Amino acid sequence: MMARTSTAVPKEPRKALIGKENLGLLAMLAVLVVAFSLTSDRFLTGANLGSMGFQMPLLGLLTLAMLAPIVSGGLNLAIVYTANISGLTLAWTLMQFGGPEAGIPAFILGCALALIVGAIAGATMGAVIAYIGAHPILVSLAMMIFLRGLGEFLTRGGDISGFPGYMNVLGHGSLAGIPVPLILFAVTALAWHILLRRTPHGFSVYMTGSNMRAAEYAGLNARRTLVLIYTLSGILCAIAGILMAARFNSVRVGHGEAMLLITVLACFLGGIDPFGGHGRVAPVILSLVILQVLSSGLNLIGANQHLATAVWGLFLIAVMVMRSDRLKRTFRFSRKDT
Amino acid sequence: MHNHTVELRLAVVLALICAGLSIAAPQFATLPNLTSLLNNSAVNLIWAVGLLVVLVAGGIDISFAVASSVVQYIAAKLLISMGGGNWVLGFLFCGSIGILLGLLNAWLIHGFRIISIVVTIATFNAFFGLLMFFTGGRNIYNLPDWWTARIFIFEHEGADGIWSELTLPVGIMIGCVVATWILLRRTNIGRQLFAFGDNPEGARRAGVNIAVMQGIAFGWMGLMAGIAGLCQVNIVKEVVPNALYGRELDVLAAVVLGGARLGGGKGTILGCILGVMFVAVTQNGLNLLGVSPFAFQMIIGAAILIAISTSNIDLSRILRLGQREARA
Repeated sequence: MMARTSTAVPKEPRKALIGKENLGLLAMLAVLVVAFSLTSDRFLTGANLGSMGFQMPLLGLLTLAMLAPIVSGGLNLAIVYTANISGLTLAWTLMQFGGPEAGIPAFILGCALALIVGAIAGATMGAVIAYIGAHPILVSLAMMIFLRGLGEFLTRGGDISGFPGYMNVLGHGSLAGIPVPLILFAVTALAWHILLRRTPHGFSVYMTGSNMRAAEYAGLNARRTLVLIYTLSGILCAIAGILMAARFNSVRVGHGEAMLLITVLACFLGGIDPFGGHGRVAPVILSLVILQVLSSGLNLIGANQHLATAVWGLFLIAVMVMRSDRLKRTFRFSRKDT
Repeated sequence: MHNHTVELRLAVVLALICAGLSIAAPQFATLPNLTSLLNNSAVNLIWAVGLLVVLVAGGIDISFAVASSVVQYIAAKLLISMGGGNWVLGFLFCGSIGILLGLLNAWLIHGFRIISIVVTIATFNAFFGLLMFFTGGRNIYNLPDWWTARIFIFEHEGADGIWSELTLPVGIMIGCVVATWILLRRTNIGRQLFAFGDNPEGARRAGVNIAVMQGIAFGWMGLMAGIAGLCQVNIVKEVVPNALYGRELDVLAAVVLGGARLGGGKGTILGCILGVMFVAVTQNGLNLLGVSPFAFQMIIGAAILIAISTSNIDLSRILRLGQREARA
């Protein structure tokens, strides 16, 4: 939090970090936390907060992988299966080096290969979207079906398990009381924020997302930007895949499938413009915390995961309805109008 | 406005695949195989034509497969509590519950100006979560007899004693396809839907009622989702709350493969049928060729990727470019 106040110094014309969007979400979060603390005395305990800290990062990493393509004016429906295939790559590499006996170098090699596989999947999508002009929904959908099929073909629908013990640290360990997955997520989210808000590439992503043609006339290489952002999205999926392998101690195609649409939900909840060009990392992280609080809170008062799914959907509708006045002004019917 | 290149290309590719399969797999071009292909595609095609109407109107729907599950469950509970019912009541219940779910989407989209992908992802989660929560994931097996009885609309016994038959869902599917074709191509509403999808603001200024258009598009999708839910029960003879979960994206891919544009204003029934049949025939062919079922999805995904990667490439332009370079 200390670091955040220092970055909030307005050196350029942009919204402060705690903007209107964040304030609304923070208020919602506060209401939820108070409500759940009152209904369940187990809500504000270290055990519950810790388990939330272990659960959220996976969805969080996938959401960040979804966020950047949406800002660029697209969508990446292949995130979960890119993560699965990357996880499989890691698992397969570990198996080559003796499974549970595989050493740290084998793990590093596996992670590198996983990142490469994720990058290739992303780059392929980016290239088709940028250079052929096909719709991102369709391209990523086809990639999703392909990767799901590839994974099922390679594993015959089964799972690979039995990883070296040190991977447990990544999935279940804590560092100074903070869950390791949460640290991984925080570092990635910070990197993602810097990438999008502080680098020329990030600027190019926003410009491409708000108006690709204008961006090209302004001298930006919009096509290269798209390939790069989908590649980075694929790499982030690979990180999520590695974390998934460590957390579940197994890799299976279809692990985390239900998270796909939740990531889109979290992005829109966090105020990302579905048409691209606008949106920030911080409110999306707040949305993720809200979703996690809803899920854990409902779980504690005895409801099941399915009710949480329903509440997530209803919650998104409610937030969108509340924002609709703002949306009315900026609403554009289709991208063609831009 | 309607240029049929996508449909033509897809038809040629489909014809080539069919020709290749007829040679490579003797069972492919037999009547029993072709009828079972149609039986297995009925539900997907009903969804596909419904989704086409939404896409033409410039929207997208992710929630339809889950809506079908909701319709099945509510209709089954209602009909059982009434002591059975019949096909007429089945259609009435499934159709109206489906329309209501569709209109709910339309109301959220139009009333609050939220884009359709956001609304339908939200309703997807809401429908599915509530369905699983209230049903506890329990299946319904004791369905009324009329609902699970197989009704043949075409029967033929081959010389080898193998029966080829088309079941009622295929008949219903044909009805849905024809009705959607009439809606889009033979009515004023259809023309307005195309105009609205192509240029919403222009259509509004020309006097098209936007609210009605959204209502018709999503209501129609809902109706089709309801009917597809009714047919699915007839095929599998049980109601499983999560059986249809996850099929929406495959149908969406098939419909867009058939030339419907994400963004509105373009799409044909023929392309829709070709897109769904392309996927169905490929899967069926791979099965007959003895390819491992685990490879189906991979090959279909790759085929769609290749299809979209090549569909935007203008062959005549490449030829002209080649000529220019040759001259230079």
